[in-house]
Amino acid sequence: MLEFRKICLGMIFSGLLGLAGCSPSSDSTGTQIQINGAGATFPSPVYANWTYNYSESSNHKIQVNYQGVGSGAGINQLKEKTIDFAGSDAPLSGEEQEKAGLVQFPMLAGGIVVIFNLPGIKDAELKLSRKSLEGIWFGRIRKWNDPLLQKENPDLALPDLDITVVHRSDSSGTSFLFTAYLAKISPEWKEKIGVGKTVHWPTGIGGVKNPGVCNNVARIPGAIGYTEYTYAKEMKLCSASLQNRSNQYVVPDEDSFRNALEKIDWKASAGFSLDPVDAEGGKSWPILGITYILYRKDLKDPVRSELFPYFLWCFDAGKSSAVNMHYLPIPEAVADQIRTSVFKMEGPVQKTESVKNGEKE
Amino acid sequence: MQDKFFRTICFLCALMVPILLAGILICLIFNSAEAWRSFGWRFLISSEWNPAANQYGALPAILGTILTTGIAIVIAVPLSFITAFFITDLPFRYRGPLSCALDLLAAIPSVIYGMWGLFVLIPLMQKYVQPFLVHTMGLGRLPFVNENYNGFGHFTAGLVLALMILPYLSAIMRDVFQATPPLLKESAVGIGCTRWETARDIVLKYGIHGLIGGVFIGLGRALGETMAVLFIIGNVVRIPSGIFDSGTTIAATLANNFAEADGMMKSVLFALGLVLLGLSLCIQIIAHVYMNQTRKKRGELL
Repeated sequence: MLEFRKICLGMIFSGLLGLAGCSPSSDSTGTQIQINGAGATFPSPVYANWTYNYSESSNHKIQVNYQGVGSGAGINQLKEKTIDFAGSDAPLSGEEQEKAGLVQFPMLAGGIVVIFNLPGIKDAELKLSRKSLEGIWFGRIRKWNDPLLQKENPDLALPDLDITVVHRSDSSGTSFLFTAYLAKISPEWKEKIGVGKTVHWPTGIGGVKNPGVCNNVARIPGAIGYTEYTYAKEMKLCSASLQNRSNQYVVPDEDSFRNALEKIDWKASAGFSLDPVDAEGGKSWPILGITYILYRKDLKDPVRSELFPYFLWCFDAGKSSAVNMHYLPIPEAVADQIRTSVFKMEGPVQKTESVKNGEKE
Repeated sequence: MQDKFFRTICFLCALMVPILLAGILICLIFNSAEAWRSFGWRFLISSEWNPAANQYGALPAILGTILTTGIAIVIAVPLSFITAFFITDLPFRYRGPLSCALDLLAAIPSVIYGMWGLFVLIPLMQKYVQPFLVHTMGLGRLPFVNENYNGFGHFTAGLVLALMILPYLSAIMRDVFQATPPLLKESAVGIGCTRWETARDIVLKYGIHGLIGGVFIGLGRALGETMAVLFIIGNVVRIPSGIFDSGTTIAATLANNFAEADGMMKSVLFALGLVLLGLSLCIQIIAHVYMNQTRKKRGELL
């Protein structure tokens, strides 16, 4: 009872603080202009780097802030007008953007990898077919020395160890992409479990956010999970080779991610509501994630006029730091498209219609 | 004049408590209305949790909360009783530092307990404690003990909770024991009671009130504990099949989903909050009833 009261009090106070903290960011104090963003945690390391460097390069005239609070939370805050832009891993459809008065464009891409903890088996050595991935996540394949897994990995001595599936316990864009992939490879998954930021997982335990999943996998021998490539790299976890749409096994690295990125049909849907999962091509990594930026159509000056130069700077000057941190910048042609169609800039690409996006009309 | 001023201040401060409680209650009921409307009482006994289909049930979280709290109490109560009894009977120069350490233990933030649980306790449980309990002791044959374990789960969470509430319980029990009149204790010793008999028949009976109160404060803390449990419980919404199984608690479910919840999910989370408040209330009521009964038994309510 006491404790509960404490929690509630905490919630009320943090709510008040939150309100105070979110007071209209568009008013510039003195000469400094503040631009506030929040959302997806997946790109937040590189966003943090960008915002810092951008503020430095503008002599602190423009201060950009980004808080990794989660994709959904970012979009909610954007709708409530407490921030100027949001980052999200799960795209809003053209209609949803229209309804909420938002504009969306892609910013970065990255791979989602399947990490595992098996003594003696090294990075990318383990091969998982679409069938075995489905079996593991449904909880049908329970042991690592399952005949199916052993058949796919004849060179590996798979141990007699229980498979512990680790998934995200919180609502997450990463889960959205991973379940989207499972739904593509398994009609049964699509029908029974579905695609979403949180789903009813048939088996396994949950970890809190990307580091939580990585930690749990690292701590349990025989565990398998999914996470962003950057986190797997940073925590030195082994990731499995996966079978792509052309039934080829591909190793998770920047090359296979780039191959997949190039196969994406950027013009397929309005407002860059893209489907990067299970791309075509023999060398494409099957689970690619794209992270988006959203902003409000009715965004006011002076933030509006400072927001576009910042994103342009991200596309150009920010590229190298993104690559260093294992993210993929979006292809140059698409960046041009965004420059002309979203930012309405004069660019090398003709700026007439061609691309449909939320801001048009 | 001064007196009146003082009384008004006191009254206003005291008034804050019921106002806050009522405010929180109204807020919870108001926000959870949607969930109650669509699921009704079935919400409390349904174990389905499917955000994709917008189907929610609170039973796994309720059971998880009760199970972890139960484990914590079973472990913490006897331990804290012994600790408190030992401390009160110590000579003064040892009692000071030990008491101090106990109070410090209570000041450790819960997230630290969570981290410690994740990085230290879970590997220990996984490698040594659980294999020992399940295979060496053969407890795996019991229906409520899982043969599959990975360190995460209700038992480990209960253990960490026990450590968290132990200092509270001990501190309260220590104060209660110290309040026992020395005359009573000495009389007991005088008629030939052993130390254990003195503790059981005199100190425990004399301080039962404070003791129960302490237990219920510990219970309240264990029920609502979030961060420590979040790291350790495994975060799966399902009915626990045994004490080593992973699961979730009400507080952990709230913490996992609050940031991104909207629509029905948000309403469901508020409903869960209401359930937690209800659970706490039940415990308070049971505590009062129990204390009244013991008071009657000892003839205090004449």
